Amino acid sequence: MTDERSRGIILQLFVLIVVLVFIAFITSNTIANLQRVGLASGFGFLTDTAFFDINQRLIDYTSQSTFGRALVVGLLNTVLVSALGIITATILGFIGGVLRLSDNWIVSRLVTSWVEFTRNVPLLLQIIFWWAILTSLPKVRDSLSIGGMAFLNNRGLRTPAPIFEVGMEWVIAAFIFAVVLAVGIVRWARKRQEETGKIFPAWRVALVLIVGIPLIVYFVAGQPLNWDVPERTRFNFRGGFNITPELIALWFALSTYTGAFISEIVRAGIQSVSRGQSEAASALGLSKNQTMRLVIIPQALRVIIPPLTSQHLNLTKNSSLAIAIGYQDLVSIGGTILNQSGQALEVVGIWMAVYLSLSLATSAFMNWYNKRIALVER
Amino acid sequence: MTQAFFRQKDQMLGERPPPASTVGIVGWLRTNLFSNWINSLLTILSLYILWSSVPSLIEWAFLEAQLSGEDRFSCSEGAACWAWLDQRIGQFLYGLYPSKETWRIDIAFVLLFPALAPWLIENIPGKTWLRRFSFIYPFIAAWLLVGGWFGILDSVTTNNLGGFALNLTVGLAGIVLSLPVGILLALGRQSRLPLIRWFSVIFIETVRGVPLITLLFVSNIILPIFLPPDVALDAVIRVIIMVSAFASAYMAEVIRGGLQAIPKGQYEAAAAMGLSYWQSMRLIILPQALKISIPGIVNTFIGLFKDTTLVIVIGLFDILGIANAMVSNPDWLGLSSETYVFVALFFFAVCFSMSRYSIRLERKLDTDKR
Repeated sequence: MTDERSRGIILQLFVLIVVLVFIAFITSNTIANLQRVGLASGFGFLTDTAFFDINQRLIDYTSQSTFGRALVVGLLNTVLVSALGIITATILGFIGGVLRLSDNWIVSRLVTSWVEFTRNVPLLLQIIFWWAILTSLPKVRDSLSIGGMAFLNNRGLRTPAPIFEVGMEWVIAAFIFAVVLAVGIVRWARKRQEETGKIFPAWRVALVLIVGIPLIVYFVAGQPLNWDVPERTRFNFRGGFNITPELIALWFALSTYTGAFISEIVRAGIQSVSRGQSEAASALGLSKNQTMRLVIIPQALRVIIPPLTSQHLNLTKNSSLAIAIGYQDLVSIGGTILNQSGQALEVVGIWMAVYLSLSLATSAFMNWYNKRIALVER
Repeated sequence: MTQAFFRQKDQMLGERPPPASTVGIVGWLRTNLFSNWINSLLTILSLYILWSSVPSLIEWAFLEAQLSGEDRFSCSEGAACWAWLDQRIGQFLYGLYPSKETWRIDIAFVLLFPALAPWLIENIPGKTWLRRFSFIYPFIAAWLLVGGWFGILDSVTTNNLGGFALNLTVGLAGIVLSLPVGILLALGRQSRLPLIRWFSVIFIETVRGVPLITLLFVSNIILPIFLPPDVALDAVIRVIIMVSAFASAYMAEVIRGGLQAIPKGQYEAAAAMGLSYWQSMRLIILPQALKISIPGIVNTFIGLFKDTTLVIVIGLFDILGIANAMVSNPDWLGLSSETYVFVALFFFAVCFSMSRYSIRLERKLDTDKR
C-alpha cells in the first residue's frame, strides 16, 4: 500500500518536473525570440488605432477606432452568425430527423441522401462553394428582384429595413407583457390540472395572447412600424439593409452542415424511445398528439439535448472558418491585428480565452439542464 | 340475412385475396407514399424537386458537358466544363510534388492498404505479419515522401507536398500519432493520481474548447516563437504536430468512452490475478476498450480528414487550396461549380465509405455483446 502510494507520488513528481521543464524551455525560447524581433509583450496594443475597415459591424466602428474595439466587433460578428446558425440548424435538424423517420419512402430517402452528402463533405468546402455561387450572381445593376422588396446581387441581399417610429416601444412592451402573462397562464393551468384534473387549453390561449396583444397595441398606437424598402438608383441601392454574401454563405453552410448532424441526433433520440411507451400511452387513451407531446418528446429530449448542445458548440467553433471567405469574425479580425501589430501570443491568447469561456459556459448550462430533466429514479 | 350468415357455419369460408389497395404496386404506393394528405403533399413536393433538378443536373454535368480543351474558352456556357481535369488532375492529387517523382506517392498509397487491413478486417490471412508491417509502414511512407535518408531517393521538401496527397498525409499522420497520445490522456483522465488527472483534463478540455483554426495559427505563428531560434520546422511538420495534438484530445474522449464501457469486474479480476496497473491495462482493459472504440476512432478520423482542408488558411495547398487557385486562374476563371463539386465528390467517396464501415462495425460489435 505504502509502496503503491510512494510510487504514485514519484510518478506525479516526475510528470510535474517534465511539464515545468517544458514550460521553462518554451518561456526562455519565447523571451529570446521576442527580444530578437524587438517586440514588447502585454495587452497595451489593444488601445492602439486599428487603421483598417470592417464591412459588417453591429456597433460603431471606424478605421480610427482601437484594436480592442475591432476585436469586440469581431466577437459580435461571431456571436451573430453563431446565433443565427444555431437557430436555423436546430430547426432544419428537427425537421430532417422527423422526415427521415417518415413512412413516406421517397421523402425519407431524399432527406437521407441530403444528410449523408452534407455530413461527408468538408464544411470549409461547402462554405467556399456557397460563397463562390453568391459572389458570381449578377452585378448590382442587374440585381435579381424578389417581389420588388428585396434584391439579390453579387454584393449580397438587400432587404427592407424596419423603421421604428414613436409608439413602437409600446408594442414591444405589450409583447413582453403578453409573454409574461402567457407563462403565468401556462403555469396556472398546469397546477390546476395536477390538482383537479381539469384541462385548460393553455398553449392555444398563450399563443393567442402573444400574437393578439401586441397586434392590438400596434394598431391602437397607429401602426408605428414602417419599412424602408430599397430603391434602385443608377449604380446602387438607396435605403434598405444589406446582408453580405459572406454572412449568407457562412450562415447557410453552417446551418445545413450542422443541421445534418442534428437530424441524425434527433432521429436517434426518437428511435431510442421504445415502442412500448407509445403503445402504453395509447392504451391510456392519450391522443396521438398528446402521446408525442407528453410521452415521446420528453424522453427523446433527454437523449437529444446533450449531443445537441455539443453540436451548437461545434457550430460556434466552426464559424471561425469565416476567415476563408473574408467574413470578419473574431478569428479573422484577430488575424489582421496579428499581422499589423505582431502581438501573436496575445491575440491567440484572446481567441483561446473567448472560445474556451464559450465552451465552459455552454457545458455549465448543459449540466444545469441535464440535472433539471434527468430521470428521477427511486 | 341471419340465415345466410349461419348457413355456412360448419364449413370454412374460402380465403379471399387482400383488398387490391393494400398489395402490389398500388398497395406499396398507398402505404409508402400516399397514406394521408400530408404524405401525399410531401411526395408530390419531393417528386417536383427531383423532376426539376435531376434531369437538368445530369444534362449540365454529363450530357452537354465539355470534356477536353485548352482553357475555359473552349467550353460553352450553361454546361459543365471538365476540360481542366485532363491537365490539372496531377496537381489535384499531388500538389507541386515533382512530376517525375509522383510514383513514390503512388507506392506509399498502395502500401497503405496492407498496412490498414489487419486493423479493419477481422479474418485476414497473415494477420501477424501484416500487423508488423503496419508498424513500420509510417517510416516507409515518410521515407518515400521525403526521400534522402539513404541517398537512394532524391529528397523532396515537404513544402512541395500538396493536393489530395497532403490531405491524406496530414490525416493519417494525425491519426497515427494521436492514438498513443490519446490512450495515455484517456488513462490519465481516469487515473487516481490527482496531478496526472488534472493535466489530462486541462489539456483535453482546452484543445476541445477551441477551433482547429486557432491551433493552426499557433502552429504557424506561435510554434516558431516557442522553439529555439535555430530550429526551423517545415510548415507541414508543424501542421502535423498541431493536428495530432488536436486529434489526440478527441481520441482521448473516444477511448475514455471505451474504458468506461468495460465492466468493473474486469478491473477487479485483473487486480485479483496480481497484475500491475500497466499489465492489467495492456493485457486486459485496453484490448477490450480499444475494440469497442474502433467505430468512434473511425468517426474521429472522418472528422479529422475533413478538417485537413483547413490547412489552406495557413497557406498550404491541399486539394481545396489547389481548387481555389484554379478557380482564380484566368484560364479557368468561373469554373467554381465544377471544381468544388469534383473536390466534394472526392471527399464524399472517402468519408462516406468510412462511415458505412464504422456503422457496419458498430452493428457487429452490438451483437457481440448480446
